[in-house]
Amino acid sequence: MTAILRVRNLTKLYNNFTAVNGISFEIREGEVVSLLGPNGAGKTTTIQMLLTLIAPTKGDIEIFGKNLEDHREELLSITNFTAPYSLLPYNLTPKEGLTVFSLLYGVRDYKEKVKFLLDEFDLAGLVNKKIGQLSSGEQMRLGIAKAFVNNPKLLLLDEPTASADPSIARELRAKILRLMQESGGAVLWTSHNMREIETVSDRIIFLSRGQIVADDTPQNLKKRFGQEDLEEIFITIAREPLSKSL
Amino acid sequence: MNSLHVLGIFYRNIILIRRSVPKLFALFGFITVELFLWGFITLWVQTLAPGDAGYDFILLILSAFIFWSMFELSQRSFSVSFLEEVWSRNVINLFASPVKMSELVLGFVLVGVAQNLLAFFYITPLAYLLYALNIWNLGLYIIPFFMNVLVFGWVLGMVTIGLVVRFGPSADILAFFIPFLLLPFSAVFYPISIFPPLLQKFTFVLPTRHMFEGMRTAIIEGVIPLDSVFWASTLNLICALLGFLFFYWMLRLARIKGYLSRLVQD
Repeated sequence: MTAILRVRNLTKLYNNFTAVNGISFEIREGEVVSLLGPNGAGKTTTIQMLLTLIAPTKGDIEIFGKNLEDHREELLSITNFTAPYSLLPYNLTPKEGLTVFSLLYGVRDYKEKVKFLLDEFDLAGLVNKKIGQLSSGEQMRLGIAKAFVNNPKLLLLDEPTASADPSIARELRAKILRLMQESGGAVLWTSHNMREIETVSDRIIFLSRGQIVADDTPQNLKKRFGQEDLEEIFITIAREPLSKSL
Repeated sequence: MNSLHVLGIFYRNIILIRRSVPKLFALFGFITVELFLWGFITLWVQTLAPGDAGYDFILLILSAFIFWSMFELSQRSFSVSFLEEVWSRNVINLFASPVKMSELVLGFVLVGVAQNLLAFFYITPLAYLLYALNIWNLGLYIIPFFMNVLVFGWVLGMVTIGLVVRFGPSADILAFFIPFLLLPFSAVFYPISIFPPLLQKFTFVLPTRHMFEGMRTAIIEGVIPLDSVFWASTLNLICALLGFLFFYWMLRLARIKGYLSRLVQD
């Protein structure tokens, strides 16, 4: 399988603080990889470097073999993301918001795309409401719909179902996986919901204090840590010193 | 340059202006109130002037007011187009999209041009109806004057955005008072000969000084002041280059220091 994303020795320093410390990993076509770690482990910094919002201090990011810094516009046009800290404009309607982002991602048949996404994510009934008037669950659905405006080959999801009830979350997970399977793309997924991670992940990368401390399938991780529960593995990794996990 | 990206920026801002009463008031309301204010002041000044003063105060002062308003609007519309993204916590979505910086600037410029044309073609007939001001008495000077006013507004808009990116959302107040800082030194309502000699030298670098000085020459002498047009345009080009570099530098710094995330957190 082709590597869609290749990260090598990625490092981010803020003065004397190391947010991300020389991480390297790959995500291949069709894979769903979860990025886990306690608060402050460097997950969001990593995702923001993948979106060019933060410039790495060291290291390379390649998408389809092309350097992200050198081919920013081309590569961002096949990448998308959703995150709870990045809302869509509250003063637009869902239809307007999706239209704006379809244009920003250069989608030529944006009218059809917006109609498809409104139907796919059950937003068609909300077209006359402003985004700011939607419930947090509806806003989250809209954020995920926005992440599909350009049929991304690389999808970065930062806690995509954080505001959803279990039933909606399950439905959304299935939808995300189906749409990504259809596009043949890859997903980098972060969440603190370990059941969700276990359901969706082909592989899990654990980050702790800016470093990768484990990178394996959920089954192998359970064997390695002698735990049946991902949450227990998470807690073990979060508590133990770096040298031990490595 | 991807025209869809530019259209996206333009469309997003035009929707907001079209249906927001406060935004429509900001576009047409303020300038109307100010026209009344400056109109009455001018009528009063006219009565104080000796009969043989020979100046058309309406044309001198109200033309200056209209073009200064166009300058303020140009700067404000450019800055507010970006601030809308900050206020609605949409900055991350915007900067994570494939939009280039030049497309972002062009989108904001088009939003500014649309607002300025709307305001100009609203206020000039109104000024004619209320005070018999015929702005077209400026002749052909109106073309370089209007262009320079718009461009310098965009330049200050880029500087404003750069400062907001650097210092965070609390710096948004700059969008509304940066032009005011230049007002006393731009010789908008009085000639530069009023300034002390040292200030005359310092203000030479301001494109606005040459624009408005040129406007007075065009009105009083009835000729196009080519030296004013030259200096205003040349300084404007230099400022535009510096403004763009400043904007670029601030965004680069923001990516290195992680300031963009702070724009949705503050």
